[in-house]
Amino acid sequence: MSYDYPDKKGHFGPYGGQFVAETLMEPLRQLEAAYLRLKDDPAFIAEFDRDLADYVGRPSPLYHAERLTRNWGGAEIWLKREDLNHTGAHKVNNTIGQALLAKHLGKTRIIAETGAGQHGVASATIAARLGLKCVVYMGAEDVQRQSPNVYRMKLLGAEVRPVHSGTKTLKDAMNEALRDWVTNVDDTFYVIGTVAGPHPYPMLVRDFQSVIGREVIEQSARKFGTQPDALLACVGGGSNAIGLFYPFIGYDKVAMYGVEAGGKGVETPDHAAPLTAGKPGILHGNRTYIMADENGQILGTHSISAGLDYPGVGPEHSWLKDSGRVSYVSATDDEALAAFHELTRLEGIIPALESSHAIAYAKKLAPKLGAGKRIVVNLSGRGDKDIFTIAKLEGISLT
Amino acid sequence: MSRLKSRFAALKAQNRKALVPYITAGDPQPDVTVGLMHALVRGGADVIELGVPFSDPMADGPTIQLACERALKHGTGLWQILDMVAEFRRTDADTPVVLMGYLNPLETRGVEAFAKKAQASGVDGVLLVDLAVEEADGYLPTLRAHGLDCIFLLAPTSPDDRIAAIAREASGYLYYVSLKGVTGTATLDVASVAAALARIRRHTDLPLAVGFGIRDAASARAIGALADGVVVGSALVAEIERLQLQPQALPGILQEKLASLRAALDSLAPDAAQR
Repeated sequence: MSYDYPDKKGHFGPYGGQFVAETLMEPLRQLEAAYLRLKDDPAFIAEFDRDLADYVGRPSPLYHAERLTRNWGGAEIWLKREDLNHTGAHKVNNTIGQALLAKHLGKTRIIAETGAGQHGVASATIAARLGLKCVVYMGAEDVQRQSPNVYRMKLLGAEVRPVHSGTKTLKDAMNEALRDWVTNVDDTFYVIGTVAGPHPYPMLVRDFQSVIGREVIEQSARKFGTQPDALLACVGGGSNAIGLFYPFIGYDKVAMYGVEAGGKGVETPDHAAPLTAGKPGILHGNRTYIMADENGQILGTHSISAGLDYPGVGPEHSWLKDSGRVSYVSATDDEALAAFHELTRLEGIIPALESSHAIAYAKKLAPKLGAGKRIVVNLSGRGDKDIFTIAKLEGISLT
Repeated sequence: MSRLKSRFAALKAQNRKALVPYITAGDPQPDVTVGLMHALVRGGADVIELGVPFSDPMADGPTIQLACERALKHGTGLWQILDMVAEFRRTDADTPVVLMGYLNPLETRGVEAFAKKAQASGVDGVLLVDLAVEEADGYLPTLRAHGLDCIFLLAPTSPDDRIAAIAREASGYLYYVSLKGVTGTATLDVASVAAALARIRRHTDLPLAVGFGIRDAASARAIGALADGVVVGSALVAEIERLQLQPQALPGILQEKLASLRAALDSLAPDAAQR
């Protein structure tokens, strides 16, 4: 199938676009022009690839989880080990790309929003390496539940600004980052952590993350001589999922599943699954599926995982949902927690709570697909940051 | 002729500047909003910008963020706000009312349903902060068909080609954002505003109102000397915040505050005809 999105105005079908205050329109145009100029520039590509290899440690392995496979019965489970990247998640692929853009645009200060803290850490990391000033906005509630990452960012020299407005989570951090950008637009580059926000962010973040899927294509051919039958990834904003899915869009025989945060159940108000239970609207600069009430006010979300606790989703996912190319499903807090323990005990890999949602759905899908089939799950991050959350949930004191 | 057009034409004929106050509908509680609108008119308002509260006001500073939170705590919604305008219209047929806010509440209700109801309620114009002119195709024809003026923002970062494109689509007036930043920011650079307005003037004959950073008589006077109108928002909303527990005191205080700005603007042209 032919797939050429976004269009020139940044639209994925009816989704995406640029819905921001006038002050940001020209900076977005400059960013788009710079990106379009650099993305095919051999020197820029070489610089990006070198950083991914030598600084991030790519390619990340494609690992056959044999004990998990045996335990669940059915399709083989393969894990794309983004958790082994420098800083412990897929987020760094994108921050390196955007930081290189910032450098080319002559910006001296970067800002970022973060939920789980993984994107904040990845931004602080690259800022340290390039000598850029870095401010990270983080919902006050997330500062509490992800304290190891807050400290990590501070060690790296970033300033972490807790956001006390609204629901005090990722969406409010993004509002505050946009307010900072509008105020400091001359010297500041906004490093958005996911495939959301106004055009060109969903496009450029996707492109930087697509290294994940490109490697899986190459690794699959080498390891099992064909392509996987199904791909699985968790979806909050959706950057790790797009990174895995995008290079596979033309592979019609590869089924793709995006797993949203079902929280306490998508039939309750306490979830973060806009594609499963929301409807189209406008948030943070783009049109996409969101969770809103009948007056158009954005609803608070709930997920055990701070990184998925977001009422919107990248616009390309909305388009892939409507077009039917990707199936969007959900996993609850409890299912994710069970998957977290299972992977930890059976494979010796502690996954991020975000990625545990994808693992949880793999458990359902593997027996359905059956033996002889192969599932690639994007293990988007490692779970060290979550051990305090999990201990607390299970009533264990670590102090 | 639209209410906005005739209001600005009349002001021009009188050599007077438009005073455009902003308050958030439903702040601090829905039942005071219509009374506050009338108080603003008594204080000298020429146009009222009535804010539609939104849960995620990404272009607003803390003052208006909190106003939105107060209004939303009472569940203030778009249809209820249109009812407020309709009530205001019962005793004020002349003062133009512009709804200012973000796109999602309108999008959720549907642009056609909104435009129809807004027209019936006596709304004159719409200023959607996050509606860039590039995305406006899906909205403008419907809004215009229902007699609603579409007011757009211009910013210090807007290059000439954008100014021209926006001026082509806008009606009523243009709202120049005086600085790079969010609402309620205190610093105002009068010289740069003067330069920007001169640049915008080359592209349009629409009235130019300036907002962001105007909080007192001195700043109103400084900007009034350059623009066709001044917008005052956060300075009024801060008074509402201060007196949120004494809503009965609010109409008097807002009227008084606005009257001081009115006097400052009118002092620019002491011989101007009075209304």
